[in-house]
Amino acid sequence: MTQNRTMEILVGAFMAAGFLALFFLSMQVSNLSASSGGDGYQIQARFDNIGSLKVRSPVTMAGVRIGRVSAIDFDRKTFEAVVALRIDSEYAQAIPEDTFAKIFTAGLLGEQYIGLDAGGSATFLSEGDQITHTQSALVLEEIIGQFLFSKAEEGAKN
Amino acid sequence: MEYEANAVREFAVLEQLARLGRIGIGSLEQLGRGHLLLLQVLAGVSELLTRPRLLLNQLFSVGVLSVLIVAISGTFVGMVLGLQGYYILSQFGAEQTLGVMVAASLVRELGPVVTALLFAGRAGSALTAEIGLMKATEQLSGLEMMAVNPVKRILTPRFFAGFIAMPLLAAMFSALGVIGGYFVGVGLLGVDDGAFWSQMQSKIDLYDDVLNGVIKSLVFGFVCSWIALFQGYGAVPTSEGVSRATTRTVVHSSFAVLGLDFILTALMFGE
Repeated sequence: MTQNRTMEILVGAFMAAGFLALFFLSMQVSNLSASSGGDGYQIQARFDNIGSLKVRSPVTMAGVRIGRVSAIDFDRKTFEAVVALRIDSEYAQAIPEDTFAKIFTAGLLGEQYIGLDAGGSATFLSEGDQITHTQSALVLEEIIGQFLFSKAEEGAKN
Repeated sequence: MEYEANAVREFAVLEQLARLGRIGIGSLEQLGRGHLLLLQVLAGVSELLTRPRLLLNQLFSVGVLSVLIVAISGTFVGMVLGLQGYYILSQFGAEQTLGVMVAASLVRELGPVVTALLFAGRAGSALTAEIGLMKATEQLSGLEMMAVNPVKRILTPRFFAGFIAMPLLAAMFSALGVIGGYFVGVGLLGVDDGAFWSQMQSKIDLYDDVLNGVIKSLVFGFVCSWIALFQGYGAVPTSEGVSRATTRTVVHSSFAVLGLDFILTALMFGE
């Protein structure tokens, strides 16, 4: 009887430890606590070029992550990239309608993310609205091309 | 004379061909027996539910007794990952991503795979030896004489114990590995505490990484227990037969785990 009891306790401790480990992995190691899932509201932004922006890339405002990229589409009429941003619900009424959206790169080789520069308007964006002021991702080849072009122009003037 | 030599040669070729055929038929037969046994084992689940104590006993011998080796291996694998990862990443000035590297490699690959290999060596071989010896000492026939189905009574609880224990053991392995990596990376090598966790949390996904790791270990638990039971139940009932079956359990389980791991990884993470 006592042997049975110890076995039961040990098996119980084993199962508890296993589930505790799973819980640790899902809460502490993965992003469950960080991502707020499906709630929040969605706004759109159009870019000429999104570089290597991906779905689930972060959306930040003043460096604070306030949402994620939820979808990326291509508009075949205007030839623009249409990026849907899902903003966490706690940041409702926090994005003025004349906000500027830019695509930045985290670090030299890091991933790309969308940074929002707040505007001065008193009306705020809500579900389905669109950010009108956007700046595309910096593509290294283009910058180098422009630099060479301007140097060549300078050289022609002299 | 020459004609005879030709006939002998022809006969030898045919004999080789026949041997190849025997091997083919034999392996197919083994495969079929294995699946039939699996069906019988799974059919015993209703009886298992009426006798949960059988499962409890097997969870003890398969799960609890494997905790120590899994916990120690997990901690040390995590610590080694911390050391090696730091060495490589510091060359790129990216020590901050050590947490991501340790956690991703543990949760996705090392946790399920190494746990399954340890499980095959620690619990699978014990299962095979136990069942093979039961067969050799005619305990299984004894059960049948008493109108107790040995598959349902002996094999089913062991199978489900392995199936349940494996993901729990793999989770312990990964969790302790992350803690071991944290200890080495943050405690000894001076990686920033906050960066270690926050980079990890931003890069490791609950569904893509953690859940897929759990699915992997469920598949491995299924396959390892199945192989162990099949080898034990099909063992030649002599001491040599049992010893061979035990060896085959470990070898086949390791092959199956590593092969399946490649397929599962390709299915889950290949985009």
